[in-house]
Amino acid sequence: MSYIIAESLEKTFGNGGTAVNAVSGISFNIAPGEFVGVMGESGAGKSTLLGMLGAMNAPSSGRLWVDGIDVYQLKQEQRADFRREYLGFVFQSFHLVAYLTVIENVMLPLAVTRRAAKEKRAMALAALSQVGLADKADRLPGEISGGEKERVAVARAIVNEPPVLLADEPTGNLDSRNSREIMNMFQRLNATGMTIIMVTHSPECAGYARRILQMSDGRLVGDGTPADKN
Amino acid sequence: MTLHLISIRNLMRRKGKAAFILAGLVIGVATVVGIISFVDATTHDIAHKLEQYGANILIVPRTENLSLTYGGMSMGGVSFELEEIRESELAKLTSIRNSRNIAAVGPMVLGVVPVDGRRILMAGVDFKAAGILKPWWHVQGGLPDENGVLLGAEAARVLNLKTGDRLAVNDRRLAVSGVLEPTGSQDDQLAFAMLATAQQVFHKPGRISMAEVAALCKDCPIEDMVQQISEVLPGAKVMAIQQVVKSRMEMLAQFKHFSFGISGVILFIGGLVVLVTMMGSVRERTDEIGIFRAIGFRRSHIMRIVFLEAGILSGLAGVIGYLLGLGSARAALALFGEGHSGHVPFNPGLAAAALILALALGLIASAYPAVMAARMDPNEALRSL
Repeated sequence: MSYIIAESLEKTFGNGGTAVNAVSGISFNIAPGEFVGVMGESGAGKSTLLGMLGAMNAPSSGRLWVDGIDVYQLKQEQRADFRREYLGFVFQSFHLVAYLTVIENVMLPLAVTRRAAKEKRAMALAALSQVGLADKADRLPGEISGGEKERVAVARAIVNEPPVLLADEPTGNLDSRNSREIMNMFQRLNATGMTIIMVTHSPECAGYARRILQMSDGRLVGDGTPADKN
Repeated sequence: MTLHLISIRNLMRRKGKAAFILAGLVIGVATVVGIISFVDATTHDIAHKLEQYGANILIVPRTENLSLTYGGMSMGGVSFELEEIRESELAKLTSIRNSRNIAAVGPMVLGVVPVDGRRILMAGVDFKAAGILKPWWHVQGGLPDENGVLLGAEAARVLNLKTGDRLAVNDRRLAVSGVLEPTGSQDDQLAFAMLATAQQVFHKPGRISMAEVAALCKDCPIEDMVQQISEVLPGAKVMAIQQVVKSRMEMLAQFKHFSFGISGVILFIGGLVVLVTMMGSVRERTDEIGIFRAIGFRRSHIMRIVFLEAGILSGLAGVIGYLLGLGSARAALALFGEGHSGHVPFNPGLAAAALILALALGLIASAYPAVMAARMDPNEALRSL
């Protein structure tokens, strides 16, 4: 049974003669627990697609279901609640809040939930432990390395235990060693049943995924395993 | 982790901007508090001084036919053989409820007397009360005793008399003790003697033609004073000199309005400072707000963060502004308040109002920045999605 269903997703920017089709008629299904890589050249529409999957970028046409929820039938504020409950985001530029400590950054998704402070802290520590950074909980982002920042971003994405993790070039700013650590982390999370959709340029990172969606000029031109792509 | 913590941490991180916003609000609130405190303290003083500057209530005999004017009232050709007020009746004024609001009572007996073939108006007055009722009098020479007379400037000129000269009035010879400097009023044309002397000259022992009263009306409307005096003097007509009262009230009101106008302008400027600084702060936090939205913060959560920051600063500004305003008012009173002790008591009502004002100003001024932050598109904010 599919967990994520994308049906004829289209996204057009601009109007009339200057209109650009960033994404054209993309349809696919993703089963629960799949680890999917999205690849394509620059400007292929990967990030636009990820934005639509992340309930942040309403398609010009088409529909998206996640766990049976027609995402873009939800109102704006309901989509915010949906993101908080169903999705975790990992960005290329980490996007940590500089004035919050590591553990406070991880607790951010919990800031608007009705949980006790102790429970929030415990959940954040558990997430940090999963990424191996529990001992750096009270550091500021400026006091940790790039690889550690990305791991904090992963911890923040999973603290709420979302069923889906969306990652946009998670290793884009990392060296090969840190990249491998992040990918191993993703594999461990996937092994627990988390559905992961990852946009990447890197064939090495794509090799960690079990399925690759290939995009070109806003269209889906391939859907197979990493081996198929090679 | 709560929204409050995010707001507090952001303020701690951006101390310069926070201090700038705080300063803008503090100056606004302190100015309002300082002006209100100063105006309140000095209004009482001003009102007191104004109310002592001449009479504002007249007591005249109740009559249908007689039109008496003094200081604006005309009397030419009127016979004074009407029933006048007994001087002893004025003692009843001490029994009215607001007797402590009476600064001075000036009985006056009026009569026309022949002097050197001319007829002049002579007034018997209580010179002690006249010191309060007529502070604009400046006497060249001295006040008269029971055998003397004080001439108005015009009267002295017409009669060609000066200090030391003698004046024959009926069967009395009175010494000119002094001459009033020109007042620009009817007083210039009168001769003034002690009340008892004039009563003797006019053969009206224990009688007066009218009485002027200087009433302090800050805590008691003048209509109440008039009513109370009327009740104890049923045979007299008691009137408020409306023109005097109204002009005093208008002056005080204008003083207050001007002060409040200045306060309003300064508050507006303070609000602009908050608005512009908060807008700048929101623009700087585009990335951060994008993250908040991406991880599931609603627009209302974003707005709450902005309002919390403004609320914290505004609350602080209310407290600091009140204390600073109070201190400024005290300092200003000590420096500029003539004879004022400089003491301005703590006013819990004004303190509460200052806090509410600061909060209202801060929150209203940050409304647009809050809406702006909430409407940010997380995609554009993050730029990577």
